[in-house]
Amino acid sequence: MSKPIVATASLAGCFGCHMSLLDIDDRILQLIDLVEFHKSPVDDIKKFTKMCDVGIIEGGCCNSENVENLRDFRKNCKILVALGECAIMGGLPAMRNDIPVKECLEEAYLGSPTIDPKDPKIIPNDDDIPMILDRVYPLHEIVKIDYFLPGCPPRADLIWEALLTLATGKELNIPYEVFKFD
Amino acid sequence: MSELTFFIDNKECKAKKGQTITEAARDNGVYIPTLCDYPGIRPAGTCRICTVKVNGRNMAGCTTPVEEGMIVENKTAELEDMRKAIIEMLFVEGNHMCPTCEKSGNCDLQALGYRYTMMVPRFPYLWPSREIDASMPKIVIDKNRCIQCLRCVRGITTADGKHIFGTLHRGDKTRISADPELVAAMTDEQAQKAMDICPVGAILKREVGFKVPMGKRKYDSAPIGSDIEK
Ligand code: SF4
Repeated sequence: MSKPIVATASLAGCFGCHMSLLDIDDRILQLIDLVEFHKSPVDDIKKFTKMCDVGIIEGGCCNSENVENLRDFRKNCKILVALGECAIMGGLPAMRNDIPVKECLEEAYLGSPTIDPKDPKIIPNDDDIPMILDRVYPLHEIVKIDYFLPGCPPRADLIWEALLTLATGKELNIPYEVFKFD
Repeated sequence: MSELTFFIDNKECKAKKGQTITEAARDNGVYIPTLCDYPGIRPAGTCRICTVKVNGRNMAGCTTPVEEGMIVENKTAELEDMRKAIIEMLFVEGNHMCPTCEKSGNCDLQALGYRYTMMVPRFPYLWPSREIDASMPKIVIDKNRCIQCLRCVRGITTADGKHIFGTLHRGDKTRISADPELVAAMTDEQAQKAMDICPVGAILKREVGFKVPMGKRKYDSAPIGSDIEK
């Protein structure tokens, strides 16, 4: 059997989940033997050129680019995994969900205490900048997600166990201490 | 005091007359999950997490007294899934952002999420619009996290017996509110008690937070209920 192909992405996340993946320490050598990485910040492959077995996504969707990226992953991965609280329920970015976008932008670009009073007061608005969404969306509100791995970030051991399960078909073992929402 | 014999999942248990099913279960080393129930305050049966089957009917274990010969079903697949569904419902019905919450690690709702391995709620998030009231001197009420268990309403009173917390509105609009005068006069001890009685992070004592490091919190290394189970 050829190695399962894994792709990963960070959308509206902080890269903490990817850092946690690296926290599997020297098991990363075993992982390289077990799977092949395709599009991922880990190897800097930018575009899908083949179908992947597993897509692992950190972060929810806060802008139009996140949504496009997520749909691209859904199209190119047989299994999609939502990794971490932001992917599962929006996480910290979703704390803006009850605040109108206009107010958020005004606070960030016009009213914030760190704004230099000499700077022109502009809310960035350019075709090249992804459009911010009305609120932050967990992944499964946009596309079908097959598996969820909670945690902020998910513990390295949980990610490791899940990857092993996906790669080898062994039964998922979740020790109590590694299953957390924070 | 007369003793009653009853059965939980075929295990023979003893109860004192007047004891509720959850209380008696605890004394017999059987864990029935509870959330709105709290030792020392009158049970209200609001959350239904303790639902058991009594002689074939669904009953709230925290409000049903044991009777002689009662047959109670507790850890069945059907009841456990229903309990998990209740937890998931509570998670989607408010805004529960565990990573941002001071109560994380000490939260009963979260601990039940762990116990039942809630990967993601099966229901759609409702994203309700709820207020954070930070106008009080000793506590903050974050209504995003409130699960309307009424523990604070029932359990927190002034020295002369007045209720500091109460509810406003009804149904899914129900909100916890504090009496402005009574809450202003709250002592540090009362504020701590209110924070402790709240199963989630809806009532927080001001000026302290994240005091206990990760790994040392109440539910970091052992599941809720494991101290009861024998
Ligand atoms: S504030 Fe806390 S104790 Fe009071 S009803 Fe809400 S969840 Fe229960």
